[in-house]
Amino acid sequence: MYDIKALYEAESIQDAIKLRMDHPEALIIAGGSDVLIQMRDGELAGRELISIYMINEMRGITLDEEGSIRIGSLTSFSHITSDPIIQKYMNVLGQAVDMIGGPQVRNIGTIGGNTCNGVTSADSASTLFAWDALIEMTGPNGIRRIPIQEFYIKAGKVDLREGEIQTAILIPKEHYEGYQGYYIKYAMRNAMDIATTACSVSIKLSEDKKILDDVRIAYGVAGPIPLRAGISESAGKGKEISQGLIDIIGKTVLEDVKPRDSWRASKAFRQHLATELVQGCLIEAIKLSGGVI
Amino acid sequence: MMSVQYKLIKCNINGKDTETMVDVRASLTDMLRNDYSLTSVKKGCEVGECGACTVIIDGECYNSCIYLAIWAEGKKIRTLESLLGPNGELADIQQAFIDEAAVQCGFCTPGFIMTAVQLLETGKEYNKEELRKLLSGNMCRCTGYENILNAVEKTMLRRLGKL
Repeated sequence: MYDIKALYEAESIQDAIKLRMDHPEALIIAGGSDVLIQMRDGELAGRELISIYMINEMRGITLDEEGSIRIGSLTSFSHITSDPIIQKYMNVLGQAVDMIGGPQVRNIGTIGGNTCNGVTSADSASTLFAWDALIEMTGPNGIRRIPIQEFYIKAGKVDLREGEIQTAILIPKEHYEGYQGYYIKYAMRNAMDIATTACSVSIKLSEDKKILDDVRIAYGVAGPIPLRAGISESAGKGKEISQGLIDIIGKTVLEDVKPRDSWRASKAFRQHLATELVQGCLIEAIKLSGGVI
Repeated sequence: MMSVQYKLIKCNINGKDTETMVDVRASLTDMLRNDYSLTSVKKGCEVGECGACTVIIDGECYNSCIYLAIWAEGKKIRTLESLLGPNGELADIQQAFIDEAAVQCGFCTPGFIMTAVQLLETGKEYNKEELRKLLSGNMCRCTGYENILNAVEKTMLRRLGKL
C-alpha cells in the first residue's frame, strides 16, 4: 500500500487539465517508476496524485502532416525502441532508451516522465537535446511548444505551468532529415543503473561525406540538467573530418561541461568521460553516415 | 486524514474475468496477493528493482509492485499460477529450472519464469548476450545466474526444435 493522500484519475487530456486546476498541489503520475519509488522512500509520502497513465490518446508514435516525428508523452521506452518510425529516422533514441533500467522498467517508464522529472541523467534527454526536440504542453490556454533546452529550468524543475501537462515530444523534419546519431551511456553496471555521464551526438555530413555540415553534442550528468556543448559544436561545424578534428572537439568539450563531484563519480572522472565519450560518439556517427576518418 | 478511497476493478486474471474493490493506494502486487491469493507474486524490493513481483500484463512484463492496482482495469494479467497444467503438471520452463538447478531459495523464481515466459512466447532465438539483457530486470542472490540462463536457453532451443 502506498502512502497516497488522494488519487485522481484522468481519462482524457482535458480531464487531466481540469484535475490540475482543481488540485494544484497534486503530482502527476505517468508510469510511476519515479513517483512511486520516491513515495516509498518517504520523499513524496502523503502527497495527492493525478494519474494520467490510462490516457491512451497520449501513446504512440506518428509522423504529423509537416513530417515531424510525434511521440506521445506516455509512450513507453520499449515501444519507442521497437517503433518503425524511430528505427528509420532516429534509431539512436530507441537505442538510448533501451539502456534504461531493465526490461520491466522499460515497459512502464514513459518518455514524458523521463523528461518531466527534470533529472540530468535521463537517458532519453541527451538524445532529445542532440536532435533539437520540441516539447508540447497542453493546458487551460491550449497547446504550447518549446525547445527542450528551454523546457529544463534547473535540476528537478521544468517549465510545466499551472494546469499544464506534457502531451508530446516532437522532432521536426529539418532536425532529423539527413542526420545520424550515436549515444554512449557510461555506467557502472550494464543494467539497472543510471549514467555516470552520457553523451549523445547527431551529425549531418556533406554530400561527399568529407565535411561535418552540422554537429550537435549533448550530455547527461555533465551539469545539473542535460546540456548542449555549444563551444565544441562551433569548433566542429563546417570542418573537414579527420582524427585531428575529433581530438580538438574532445578537448573543447571541457569548456562546455560543468560536472560535479558526487558519490557516483568525481568531477575529474566525469571530465575525462566527457572527452572520451564525445570522440566515441563522433566516430560511430561518422561511420553510420558513410564517412571515413 | 483522507477517507479511504475504493474503486471497482474489473480485469482478466489467468484467463478468468474477475472484479474486486481495491483501495486506490494498493499496488498490483497487493491486489494479486491479498484479493486473489496469488502468492507466486513475491514482494521483494518493492521499488521495481528486483523483478520478484513480475507479472505479464497484456503480453508485456511489469514489476507489479510499482504498478497501481487501479491500472489493472480492463487488462489481461498472467501470474506464475497460470502455468499450472490441468493435473498439476509443471510447464517446460519450470521443469527446466529444476533440471538445471536454477532454483536455490526460490524467491526470485516466479519472477524469472514470467520474464522467461514472455521472451519464449516471442518464438525468436536469442543468443546468450541477448538473453542476459532480457533477464537483466530480475535479480537472484543465490544461483549466480548461469543455471537460470541455461534453463531459459535450453527451453528456448527445445521449443524451436533445436535441442
